[in-house]
Amino acid sequence: MAVFSSVVDLVGDTPIVDVSQLSPNPRVRILAKLEGQNPAGSVKDRIALGMIEAAEAAGELRPGSVLLEPSSGNTGIALAMIARIRGYHLKIVLPENVTVERRQLLEAYGAEIIDSPGAEGSNGAVRLAEKLAAENPEWVFLYQYGNEANPEAHRTGTGPEILKDVPEITHFVAGLGTSGTLMGVGSYLKEHKPDVEIYAVEPPSGERVEGLRNLDDGYVPPVFDRWGGMELLDGKRIVRPVESLTWTRRLVSEAGIFAGISSGAAMAGAAKVAERIDEGVIVFVVCDGGWKYLSTGAYTEPIDEIAERLDDVIYF
Amino acid sequence: MVTVSVRLPTVLRPAAGGQSKLSVAGAAVGDVVDRLIEDYPALESNLVDDEGSVRKFVNIYLNDEDIRFLESLETPLSEGDELAILPAVAGGQ
Ligand SMILES: Cc1ncc(COP(=O)(O)O)c(C=O)c1O
Repeated sequence: MAVFSSVVDLVGDTPIVDVSQLSPNPRVRILAKLEGQNPAGSVKDRIALGMIEAAEAAGELRPGSVLLEPSSGNTGIALAMIARIRGYHLKIVLPENVTVERRQLLEAYGAEIIDSPGAEGSNGAVRLAEKLAAENPEWVFLYQYGNEANPEAHRTGTGPEILKDVPEITHFVAGLGTSGTLMGVGSYLKEHKPDVEIYAVEPPSGERVEGLRNLDDGYVPPVFDRWGGMELLDGKRIVRPVESLTWTRRLVSEAGIFAGISSGAAMAGAAKVAERIDEGVIVFVVCDGGWKYLSTGAYTEPIDEIAERLDDVIYF
Repeated sequence: MVTVSVRLPTVLRPAAGGQSKLSVAGAAVGDVVDRLIEDYPALESNLVDDEGSVRKFVNIYLNDEDIRFLESLETPLSEGDELAILPAVAGGQ
């Protein structure tokens, strides 16, 4: 084992584990890419590093610069780790109802937290960050939803890693948030193995977000539009909280993978694909570990009760 | 013609007399949307644009699958199917 000069050098090159014992179809293998192995604990380490290095290369960042980002968790945590090491001051706009673990992690890494209204969800955090960025033009607003370095980190990192480790891949399934993972990995795979199918899963977040005044407050990430999301994806489905939780628990109890709840959603999506196809090899993304979700009771309490509560706690 | 259930998000309930779940008849997703707009005209500007396509910030799911990746408004329906209409929101962390 080599000695690394900084945790930043540990980003990427994550392992893939066979979890075919969970496959509903004996002729379909299901493989999990474990992004929780990244140093700050999630897939977002890749894009945080990519976005910071792109801003450094563009001359936008100098020691002491202020970075701003709306993030309900993983991106903020990853940025906080890197900002601390590289000497930037990070401000994170965070909906007030995220789990306590995330808040504490951000504080541990030294980020400053700015609260946005919980009822407005991620949209509200994005809006407030946009307003602050306009008022403070000297702050560097990375804006993961619109930053090319986000999908690019997956096109040049995650995608090639998957194809190298699993050349026989037939389907790729991942959660849809900023769309960076799906756009980056999807475009790399389609370029190098055009018949691979790309499937998105998403939580039913829009159902109860109360801060929405009308549908024009809706939001489609610029990354999704610019990278041709509608053409790139072969399918997109909602996974509801009960299903996400059920699969999150099966991942830990039957495969020993202690993953976050969006990974259960991705696994649910992979199982749906497996049921529909004759044979194949599905790779799905385990975005993070379960640590940050322990306080929700997701792993131990009655699933129906947590599912109810999850509607109010951002988990994706 | 079959009958399907339609789930409405919080933001659209006022336009549909406060209901969260409706039963609507139609042969394809588009028929159901037309029928909803007929019964609740306030929904029209929320659901479709001037050309009659589903608005960009609206997602319609048939049994939880986004109809844009099926046959959009032409997607045929079966008895007991579930449609869900959801606003597009910023996901991700
Ligand atoms: C736990 C988790 N799952 C899924 C996603 C979605 O990934 P992406 O933003 O690349 O679409 C994110 C990030 O937003 C995440 O943190």
